[in-house]
Amino acid sequence: MSEPTTTKPGRVPLIVLAWAWVVIPFGYGVYQLFLKLVQLFG
Amino acid sequence: MALGFLDRSRIVAPAGWTRWLVPPAALSVHLSIGQAYAWSVFKTPLEKTLHLNGTQSSLPFQLGIVMLGLSAAFGGTLVERNGPRWAMFVSMCCFASGFLVSALGVATGQFWLVVVGYGGIGGVGLGIGYISPVSTLIKWFPDRPGMATGIAIMGFGGGALIASPWSSSMLGTSPTTGTIATAFLIHGLVYAVFMSMGWLLVRVPADDWKPAGWEPKTDHGKAMISTANVSAANAIRTPQFWCLWVVLCFNVTAGIGILEKASPMIVDFFKTTSTPVGTAAAAGFVALLSLCNMLGRFVWSSTSDLVGRKNIYRTYLGVGALLYLVIALTQNSSKLVFILCAMVILSFYGGGFATVPAYLKDLFGTYQVGAIHGRLLTAWSVAGVLGPLIVNRIADSEKAAGKSGPELYTTSFYIMIGLLVVGFVANELVRPVKEKFHEPVREGVRSEA
Repeated sequence: MSEPTTTKPGRVPLIVLAWAWVVIPFGYGVYQLFLKLVQLFG
Repeated sequence: MALGFLDRSRIVAPAGWTRWLVPPAALSVHLSIGQAYAWSVFKTPLEKTLHLNGTQSSLPFQLGIVMLGLSAAFGGTLVERNGPRWAMFVSMCCFASGFLVSALGVATGQFWLVVVGYGGIGGVGLGIGYISPVSTLIKWFPDRPGMATGIAIMGFGGGALIASPWSSSMLGTSPTTGTIATAFLIHGLVYAVFMSMGWLLVRVPADDWKPAGWEPKTDHGKAMISTANVSAANAIRTPQFWCLWVVLCFNVTAGIGILEKASPMIVDFFKTTSTPVGTAAAAGFVALLSLCNMLGRFVWSSTSDLVGRKNIYRTYLGVGALLYLVIALTQNSSKLVFILCAMVILSFYGGGFATVPAYLKDLFGTYQVGAIHGRLLTAWSVAGVLGPLIVNRIADSEKAAGKSGPELYTTSFYIMIGLLVVGFVANELVRPVKEKFHEPVREGVRSEA
């Protein structure tokens, strides 16, 4: 069995939700990190 | 053993399931357990409210790292047998319970409960969670195993980026036992919810599944990549396993040497120059190294899919040794050179962690790669003690001898160069695994995900 070349339409919202679940908190962490970086080069 | 909902047979992906749902499932676990690197946020509040010294307040973290190595080593086979949903669920239960027990400990003034809760129970969650998605990701991404494991293990590096500011904001400026207990309670509950996405979403591929248009290479131009399988019990009998153990241990030791003392190191280095580094700027340096550690996990591990595992470790160890030499020779003459070298070294440190599962897969196949990875992580436990011990002991003795500035660290850097050279040689000694260690090929044998 091979991977289908297209994703089932019903799965797209699930993919978006799953990635948003991890990317949003990760983005918060990266934003906080850049605030600290300003202190090094500021 | 009947595991019901958690059993591997319940999570075989149906036709049309996309493999791109597996990395976020893995990330939800790794971003959570990566909180361990942010334990220092709780240290000072605990010391003030429970009247502890620095050594005592480190105990929960230290026990957690020891338990991580032990549970990954001894629980690896169980993780392989029961599958990733079981492993992620167990990890969530242990990690969240650890916080809840710690909350009870702080609320009742019983610090030993914090040690047992966060370090003991939570530490098991760290170890099982760390290895839980590795073999599953390798099987979903046989065409890009380095990239797939790099994404997940990058999450472990990124966990502290989220936890550190989040925990700090919860504790406030003058935390009480009530504030700390509440923070632990909230951490336990929020991480339980966040990690649930992992065990709900994770799927294993069907035995005959493969990516569209991808065929396993039959041309063995890259002789290091094996199509045979080796069991975890046999793997630890091979010289390849112990060569990789040395490689990982010394690569991690060299990275931790800088990471653990990054803040005082940069302050000491440039104290006597015309451009000294203040405490706030040193915090920025630590943040920069965290970013490089995290990005190195993804970038270098993905690169290893293109250039090969052995070559990428040649870079980590060989170029890493040269960069340490540059720091040792240039001393404090250039802040930019020091920062750039430290950034690259830390990216190699992260890359070393993230690339090793794919290296194991190349050598030992996918059969029990998770269990083998768990056993290899004992190298991390050793490096976690060795790296800080070398740098701190030498810096203390140099200070006692009246030295200051870069002289406090130069000897440590030369030791790190030596360790990296030993690691480089160990990597050169890695050869394909002999056939006598291979599992017999028989009908119906499948890889455990």
